[in-house]
Amino acid sequence: MALSKEQIAKRIARELRDGYYVNLGIGIPTLVANYIPEEINVVLQSENGLLGMGPFPFEGEEDPDLINAGKQTITTVPGSVFFDSAMSFGMIRAGKVNLTVLGAMEVSEKGDIANWKIPGKMVKGMGGAMDLVASAKNIIVAMMHSNPKGESKLLPACTLPLTGVGCVKKIVSDLAVLDITPGGFKLLERAPGVSVDEIKAKTAGKLIIEGDIPEMTF
Amino acid sequence: MNKVVATAGEAIHDIHDGAVIMLGGFGLCGIPENCIAALVKKAVKNLTCISNNAGVDDFGIGLMLQQKQVKKMISSYVGENAEFERQLLSGELEVELIPQGTLASRCMAAGYGMPAVFTPAGVGTEVADGKEVRNFNGKDYLLEYAFEADFAIVKAWKGDTQGNLIYKETARNFNPMMAMAGRITIAEVEELVPAGALAPDHIHTPGIYVHRIFQGAAYEKRIEQRTTRKKKS
Repeated sequence: MALSKEQIAKRIARELRDGYYVNLGIGIPTLVANYIPEEINVVLQSENGLLGMGPFPFEGEEDPDLINAGKQTITTVPGSVFFDSAMSFGMIRAGKVNLTVLGAMEVSEKGDIANWKIPGKMVKGMGGAMDLVASAKNIIVAMMHSNPKGESKLLPACTLPLTGVGCVKKIVSDLAVLDITPGGFKLLERAPGVSVDEIKAKTAGKLIIEGDIPEMTF
Repeated sequence: MNKVVATAGEAIHDIHDGAVIMLGGFGLCGIPENCIAALVKKAVKNLTCISNNAGVDDFGIGLMLQQKQVKKMISSYVGENAEFERQLLSGELEVELIPQGTLASRCMAAGYGMPAVFTPAGVGTEVADGKEVRNFNGKDYLLEYAFEADFAIVKAWKGDTQGNLIYKETARNFNPMMAMAGRITIAEVEELVPAGALAPDHIHTPGIYVHRIFQGAAYEKRIEQRTTRKKKS
């Protein structure tokens, strides 16, 4: 069975380490916040100007001046701090944020990512994604292995306009966990009940398979 | 030194057709609602707007788009606005999409008196087209120029009669660096107090950057994505 969005988030949460400052993108990455292990301390950065993002507010306690980068109403946790957009991207550019998790339309076997534009169809803009991928030390992409048409999103080279070049380190898809290595996508884990052959068939880019590939457990 | 004007209309009285204006805010959070309403009323046209987003169909900069007052938008993300998308695809509206950190840095450079900055954002993408690339310590960076804006319009939480400003929570966002970047900077605030009433240590934007200030009225503070959780009983 392919992973649910919640399971993708849960698996990514296992990559978090105590003391990490983490930026979570919109969509599946936002769900990672729900699965941070209790024994570790992680500070969430929201690029609109907050370190120490907390959960959604209780009904009736929404504050229009307190939102995340997805424009959702949020809360803060003790020790939080507000700052302006220049400082926010300053800490991103300076490499202070330990991990960035974001979604993607396409990832190439060289770690290129495309997630901001479909020419002629969708022009929403890159927001902070280009800044994040250009500077983050560790980037994990959370996405479906295939697009709604059933085409692989893990490609030899991206076909859509790029967001960043050679920057993605790891992918957690609904089918597998893969590292981007100099030789291509290295298969590390597979979703429960998903065969190596299925992952092979659904990965258009170069796939490296070494030894037995363990199944993820939840 | 008193920078107080009575109304939004007075604050924006000399914003002319074809002006380049910066507008603070992230989404609908921390936007200068009163000045946007005054610009719509004044019906000034052919504006170039530098703002992270373009509002929604019926609020924020979206109101100016409805009146076709905007010639060009310079933004990082414009996803929540159907009228915007229509004008963009029909060619009525010129749009320059730039990375959010680059947008912030180009405002910052203007406010700090620096002509340009280098940033790695966009290297190897279409954002880099036509731009100078420099390599520092093995990594490529794009040369990005400081913005030149005729007017910057910002929204703060509190301000004093000398133009000193304090922002609230994430409504700060682009407001401080835009306040520093305008040739003329207009600030609207929720609460205007006499000089001396704000603690000097707490001020985010020194009044030297602010030319006009007024207390705004009837802030709607619309929420774009109302997300909540239920209380455990």
